[in-house]
Amino acid sequence: MSGLPLSHPGSASADSENDLIIEAGRASSNYWSDLWRYRDLLMFLTMRDIKVRYKQTVLGVGWAVIQPVITTIIFTFVFGKLAGMSAGGVPYPLLVLAGLLPWQLFSAALSGSSASLISNANLISKVYFPRLIIPLSSLGVALIDFLVVLVLYFGMSIWFGRIPSWHWALLPLFIVAAMVLALGAGLWFTALTVKYRDFRYIVPFFVQVGVFISPIGYSTGVVPSWRNLLDLNPITGVIDAFRWCLLSDGQPFDVRGILCSIAISAVLTLSGLQYFRKMEKTFADII
Amino acid sequence: MPGDPIITVENLSKRYLLGHQALADTLRDRLGHGARRALGFLRLGKRHEKPKIEEFWALSDVSFEVPRGRVMGVVGRNGAGKSTLLKILSRITEPTTGRVRMRGRVASLLEVGTGFHPELTGRENVFLNGAILGMSRSEIFRKFDEIVAFSEIEKFLDTPVKHYSSGMYVRLAFAIAAHLEPEILIVDEVLAVGDAQFQKKCLAKVSEVTRDDGRTVLFVSHNSAALQSICDTGLWLSQGKVAGEGPINECLAAYLRTGSNQVVFSAPSEEKPHITSISVDSRSLAEGRVQVAVGFKSPFPLSPPIVGVLISSKFGQPISGSNGRMAGDRWKPGPVRAGVITAHLDHVPLHSDTYLISVYLGDSIMDYDQRLEAVEFNFVSPRFYPQMPPLHVIGPSDFEWQWSLKED
Repeated sequence: MSGLPLSHPGSASADSENDLIIEAGRASSNYWSDLWRYRDLLMFLTMRDIKVRYKQTVLGVGWAVIQPVITTIIFTFVFGKLAGMSAGGVPYPLLVLAGLLPWQLFSAALSGSSASLISNANLISKVYFPRLIIPLSSLGVALIDFLVVLVLYFGMSIWFGRIPSWHWALLPLFIVAAMVLALGAGLWFTALTVKYRDFRYIVPFFVQVGVFISPIGYSTGVVPSWRNLLDLNPITGVIDAFRWCLLSDGQPFDVRGILCSIAISAVLTLSGLQYFRKMEKTFADII
Repeated sequence: MPGDPIITVENLSKRYLLGHQALADTLRDRLGHGARRALGFLRLGKRHEKPKIEEFWALSDVSFEVPRGRVMGVVGRNGAGKSTLLKILSRITEPTTGRVRMRGRVASLLEVGTGFHPELTGRENVFLNGAILGMSRSEIFRKFDEIVAFSEIEKFLDTPVKHYSSGMYVRLAFAIAAHLEPEILIVDEVLAVGDAQFQKKCLAKVSEVTRDDGRTVLFVSHNSAALQSICDTGLWLSQGKVAGEGPINECLAAYLRTGSNQVVFSAPSEEKPHITSISVDSRSLAEGRVQVAVGFKSPFPLSPPIVGVLISSKFGQPISGSNGRMAGDRWKPGPVRAGVITAHLDHVPLHSDTYLISVYLGDSIMDYDQRLEAVEFNFVSPRFYPQMPPLHVIGPSDFEWQWSLKED
């Protein structure tokens, strides 16, 4: 709609190219251009979720910061002090927060998107738009929270006297990697949650377990023998890449880890998209 | 080409599966189903139960065309498939078979204020709802002032909509919808809400855009008056099939002629005289008459049986009522235990609208049973007034006014 001049009666769509055909099983040929056309909706839905979340709260956006700060303190105490794990010369809180950043982006996007279709059921049963917009808007919300915490990390890094190196320039790449991974897993869970409400309980549990089987509270350097197993967890590669960017602690860049994670993300996202688009047509009927 | 159909629907059908597996099933059902099958296999001889799935065809083999610039009203009883048809045309759900071709941008309005968030302000909701209805940000910016002016709620623009009265909420929602500029507009029963004055403003806006911009509108409503005033053609659906198509007045009349609006009651107790059924004969309604048949039953003879009938507006204001006692000597049937009493009204001075009927049962001394606003009916007046003010201004009664002039 945007940008296109409003067609005048009579002259409108004389060519059959623009005709909208509705048929059973017909994949909408202009799905991706529709998605682009509805980009403003994506923005408004993201803004809505962010605004609504912090309305009538005293601390407002402060909540986006408090959670990671407390988690960082607890993990620093448990892993750094009690378990005495090594951070390889980096202040332990920085190590934890650098790992927590991608994890939070991933887990918030995942839990947000898997619940998103159910909580927007009224939209789905009343209006057409590419359904992909809804999980994508959850991804947008997670990204904005992430950016707030990234600023916090930046402050902490300066406070600990660590000046960002050129590695920081590559960070956007790994942010994208984390988001693609979250999108892939999110699409699967989103579509499955509509059909099987069980996933409403599975996803939080999955996220809870994920905190411990991902190297968030500790560096992968301290568990070399578990390395292969850890790499099967696609978030490991992303966390390592984040640490490489943010900590600049002289550790070599772990190519294998990130490749593992990119490969898994690609498979998840492509199959997730396919499954989502297949299920999408029935959402309004089963939601 | 102006004569070209802008919407072509061919053999459209939609099947819903009813039964526990079809609707939001859980993993447990899936797993349980497998387990039951395994158990059934072990317990030989006991045939395992197949999950019960019922088919329901909400639409079957529906075909029609809508020429460009036409306003088509879709009529039919609840469950006739009207909403399913609109959902398919709006691309919310997929048809099971058949094909639709639409030659133009489509916007649909199946609900007022879809996606309005109570915590957001009016201003924020204009943008959100506009985007949901398919407007781009720049389009909303361009029309923003117009939308606000149309909604008449300027003062509350920065108040969260949860503090709005329902009237304000509806006004704002309509204002946004009224500024959509699609070539095809699909509207469900949304005009049923909101105050009458604002409804009229919206109807006027719809007529204006269809007349001036040649927009095509598909409109579902139970409000005969609204259908008559804005539609030119009608499509009548009955049990998922097209039962009739043609000029709106003929289509409405044909639809209203079918069957009767009937309610049957089960007795609260057999010890007391009670109303067993009420029916409004649609055939006579279509001819501009009202016939209300009231069935009754009593443990003792009613002497004489007295039935009272009250017609009230759809908002419940009484318009006219009468009963056998008022008829005096003209109503003297003998003692009866059960039967049907029919009230006839041959000249009904009412405007086209939806009306409610309440029924009372008694004998010469007292009332025993009552059914308030038990049946509703749509009355289509044979008289049509092109310049008619809304009913809440002039009232539902249609007296025969005479005019005279004495020139000075």
